[in-house]
Amino acid sequence: MRGLSARRSRVPQLLGLRTRLVLAFALVAALTATTTGALTFREARTGVLQQSQDAVISQLRAQANRLAPDLDIPPTQDGLRRFASDVAASEPSGAWRVMVTYGELSATSAAGDRFAELTPALREAVRSSVATVFQRVRTGDHTSLVVGMSVAFTTGAASGLRIFLTVPQATEQASVDALVTAVERATVPALVLAVLLALLAARGVLRPVRALRSATRSIAEGRLDTRLAVNGSDELADLSHTFNETAAALEASVAELRGMEARARRFAADVSHELRTPLAAMSAVTDVLDEDAARLDPDTATAVRLISEETVKLARLVDDLMEISRFDAGAAVLHLDEIDLAESLRRTLAARAWTDLVDTELPPPDTLRGRVDPRRLDVVVANLVGNALRHGARPVRLRLTGSTGTEPRAVIEVLDSGPGIPAHVLPHVFERFYKSDAARTRTEGSGLGLAITAENVRVHGGTVRAANRPEGGAVFTVELPLHNEENR
Amino acid sequence: MPRVLLIEDDRAVREGVALALRRQGHEVGTAVTGEEGLRQARSFRPDVAVLDLMLPGMPGLDVCRALRDLDQTLPIIMATARGDDEDIVVGLEAGADDYVVKPVQARVLDARIRAVLRRAAQAPGDGGIPKLDTYGDLTVDRAGFSVALRGVPVALAASELRLLLTLSASPGQVFSRQQLLEAVWEHSYHGDARLVDACVKRLRAKMGEPRYIETVRGFGYRFAAR
Repeated sequence: MRGLSARRSRVPQLLGLRTRLVLAFALVAALTATTTGALTFREARTGVLQQSQDAVISQLRAQANRLAPDLDIPPTQDGLRRFASDVAASEPSGAWRVMVTYGELSATSAAGDRFAELTPALREAVRSSVATVFQRVRTGDHTSLVVGMSVAFTTGAASGLRIFLTVPQATEQASVDALVTAVERATVPALVLAVLLALLAARGVLRPVRALRSATRSIAEGRLDTRLAVNGSDELADLSHTFNETAAALEASVAELRGMEARARRFAADVSHELRTPLAAMSAVTDVLDEDAARLDPDTATAVRLISEETVKLARLVDDLMEISRFDAGAAVLHLDEIDLAESLRRTLAARAWTDLVDTELPPPDTLRGRVDPRRLDVVVANLVGNALRHGARPVRLRLTGSTGTEPRAVIEVLDSGPGIPAHVLPHVFERFYKSDAARTRTEGSGLGLAITAENVRVHGGTVRAANRPEGGAVFTVELPLHNEENR
Repeated sequence: MPRVLLIEDDRAVREGVALALRRQGHEVGTAVTGEEGLRQARSFRPDVAVLDLMLPGMPGLDVCRALRDLDQTLPIIMATARGDDEDIVVGLEAGADDYVVKPVQARVLDARIRAVLRRAAQAPGDGGIPKLDTYGDLTVDRAGFSVALRGVPVALAASELRLLLTLSASPGQVFSRQQLLEAVWEHSYHGDARLVDACVKRLRAKMGEPRYIETVRGFGYRFAAR
C-alpha cells in the first residue's frame, strides 16, 4: 500500500499542471519558430538564388550573342579557346570559367580546366534541348552554378556550338547561411519567452487550484467556516463559488445536527437535574423507612421497603445519568493524583466487601505508581468487578501489571469463569442501557455501568476492551497511561 | 446532643433531612435562606452547619464565607450537586470543611457530621495539662488542641487543626492525599483529594512563611520542622 501510494503521488508531480503547461507552450513555440523559419528560409533562399542565376543566364546569353557572330563555323581549336576566353573576360570580377564545345572539339577559358562541375546529365540536357539549362552543383564547401546553352544561327538552325559556364556562388551561400543563423537566433528567445509565459499562465491557474486544495483540506479537518475568495468570472471562479456554497450548506447542516444533539443532551441533563431535588428528599428518609418497617403490618412494611430500595436504585440511576451527561458535555474533569495503583485496587475491593470474593494478582506495594483520577479508577474497577460478579461466575480474578514501552501503561484485567459473552453481544457491551437478552430484565446495575467505565478510561487516554477467554469466561482489559497530563 | 444548623431552600429536602438527622440524635435548626441561616448561626449557636450551595438570594458561597467570618472554628459541610466542580473548589477555599453530594442518604450525612464533630471536639481548650510541641515559631498544644504562631493563637477550622495535628505528629514523614483523607476526613481512600489540597492551602495562608507543610511531588505532603 505504501509503495503504491508513493508512486501515485509521484506521477502527478512529474506531469503536474505546471510541467504540462510549460511543455505545451515550449512545444508550440518551437514548432512555430521552426515552421516560420523554414518557410522564410526557403522563400528567401529561392529568391536570392533565382535572382543571381537569372542575372548570370541573361549576361551569358548577351555575351554569346555579341561574340558568336565573329566565330567561324566550324571553328578551329584556337578559335574556340579564344571565344571561351572572351566570354569569360566579359565578366569583370573574373569569377567565370567558360568551356565551349563543338562536336569533338572543346576549349576552356582557363588552360587545363577539367570542368569537374559539369555533370553528364547537364551535358546531355544541353545536347537534347535548345533551351538554356542550369544546375547548382556542390563540391566540398563550394556551391557553383553551372549553366549550359546551345548557340543557334539567326535562322534558327543549331550551330553545334555549346557554351558551358561555371560561376561560384560564395556570396549567395553567405546570405543563405546568415538567414539560417538569424532563424536559429530568433528561435531561442522565442522558446524562453514561451516558457516564461507558460510559467505565468500556470501560476494564474495554479494559484486558485492551490487555494481550492488547501480549502478542501481545511474543511476535511473540520474547519467548516472555510471560504474561498472569488476573483473574476472564469471557470475557476465558478468552481470557487460552488465550493463556497457547498461549504456553507455543509456548515449549516452540521450546525443544525450539533444543535439537535446538544438539545437532546441538555434535555437528558436537565431531566436528571430536576429529578435530583425530589430524590434528595426521598433519599434522606429511606433510612427512617427501613428502621420503622419492622413495626408496620406486613403489607405496609413490604410497600415501605420497596419504596426505600427503589429510591436508592433511582438515586444511583440519576447519578449515573448525570455522570454520562457530563461526559457528553465534555465537562468531565480529571483530578489527577499520583498513587500506588495496587493499593487503589485493593481499597476498591475492600470498600465493597469483595476482598474474599475476588482473587487478586497485584504487584508489590509502591512498585507501580501512576497519575490517575483515584475516584474514576475506583469507578472503573468497581464496575468491571461488579459486572463479573453479577454476570460471570466465580472465581473472579483481578490482575494488575505494568507494561513498559514508549508510554508506560498499567494493564488491569478482570477475568471471570462464567459462560462468557455471546459473540453478538460483544461489540455492544459498552453501549448505554444495552441488554443482552430481549426480555430486558432489570439487574442491580443502572445499565450505564460499562458505558461509564469506558468513558472514565477514555478521559484518562486509555483503552478498555472485552473478550472471551479460550479457556472460558470473559475478560475485560483496561490499559491506562501512567503519566497523564493535567486535565486533558 | 449535637446541634446542626441546616440551610436548605427546598421544603421537602429540608424536612426530610431534618427528620432523618433528628432520628439520628441531632438537635436540628433549619433555615430557608442564607440570611436566615446567618441569623440562626448567632442565636441557635450550632455545633455544625450543613449548607446547600444552591440558595435563592444570598449565594451559598457567600453564606459560607460569612459563616466562617462569624466563627473561625464552626465546622461547615456543603451539600452540592455532583459536577458543580468549581463550586466545590471555591467552597473549600472559602472555608468549608467537607462536602456531600446530593442526593445523600441520612446515614452518610450523619457519618460526615460526626466526623467533623470529632475534629471539632478536639478543638479548643478543654483545659488539662498542655502537651506542647514547638517547631520554630509554631507551637502546637496536643492536649489543649490549640496552635500558636509566635505566641499568638491561630484560629483554625476543625479540618485544618486535625490536618496540622496529623502531619506534625510525624515531622518529615510523607502522607499521601489518600492517607490524609482517611485520617482527617474519615473519607474512603478514593475520596476527593481536593479536600486535602484546599485545606493545606488554607493552613499555609493562616501560618504564613516559612512553609511548615511541604508538597512532595507525586506523593503528598509532609510537615517540615523548622
